[in-house]
Amino acid sequence: MSKISIVFDRLRTEEKMLQKEAAALGHTAVMLDAKITQINTDSKKEDLDLGDVVLERCVSYFRGLHFTSALEFLDIPVLNKFDVASICGNKMFMTLLLKKNNIPTPKTYFSFSSESATDNLEKVGYPLVIKPVIGSWGRGVMQIVDKDAMDAIVEIRDITDSPHDRIYYLQKVVKRPPRDIRIITIGDEPIAAMYRKSSGGFKTNIALGADPEICEITKEMEEMAIKASKAMGGGILGIDMMEDEERGIVVHEVNNTVEFKGLARVSQRNIPKEMVKFALDYVRK
Amino acid sequence: MNCPECDAKLNIPDDASVGEIVSCPDCGADFEISKKEGSNIELKQAESVGEDWGE
Repeated sequence: MSKISIVFDRLRTEEKMLQKEAAALGHTAVMLDAKITQINTDSKKEDLDLGDVVLERCVSYFRGLHFTSALEFLDIPVLNKFDVASICGNKMFMTLLLKKNNIPTPKTYFSFSSESATDNLEKVGYPLVIKPVIGSWGRGVMQIVDKDAMDAIVEIRDITDSPHDRIYYLQKVVKRPPRDIRIITIGDEPIAAMYRKSSGGFKTNIALGADPEICEITKEMEEMAIKASKAMGGGILGIDMMEDEERGIVVHEVNNTVEFKGLARVSQRNIPKEMVKFALDYVRK
Repeated sequence: MNCPECDAKLNIPDDASVGEIVSCPDCGADFEISKKEGSNIELKQAESVGEDWGE
């Protein structure tokens, strides 16, 4: 029997599913709230008693990332690894790494001030999709159709002026069916996939009400998911793809603490069970 | 248990765990279960959605 810890900051269905499957496999599952856990430079692995491996499942990217750095400092095996979490949590880092590994991804423009982003947009033309480099669930993702729309975004960003507001990530609009594909990979193996159908607008995030539908993983999707997972550094990931009418499958996002409750309902594979098994195999290797 | 905001009755399932969020059916406020010992439950204000929340 092994012991697995699930670190959370908001206990969701997914974390409870992981706990249940670990118990069903005969392992001990410890639920650890990152918000009330204290670690210092003299802390020892034994102080936390987190068992064989930790699944980091915080909904807050920065909280999870910093918690992961502390666990790795204590030599506690954690999934995903700090480097993977760090890259996948930032759309610019993730996109650059996809491209570097020759994985088809939508053309994306990066600017580092509002003036430069506006100049570039005038040069390359409308529409483009703007995405915050940090964030999820489609929040702050907008199609910029003309200069008025860009001016409004610049004005809002100049007011809020968070560090990431100064980074402009503008992506080419991909001609595709009104859906995208989410594939969950565990240890570079595609486990399950779903289509996420738009609920009206161009966004296809489940968090915004997109309709999930089981998707059969084609050879092309499988190869692309494996390549994307390996490029990020492996672990447990959610790979998002679009069916580009011109280029075929393109990978537009790789997610770190993947949500799976919707897909788990329709998937033939037991997703949380596979995650627990992989985590324990990961430390046995 | 009643909502600390509006005093409406909160429906907290028996199998709810520490860290789970419960929402008030009347005012919509979210609370996190901070302590649970048998039927003795303590709540705290849930964190609001942050810029860095998500997958």
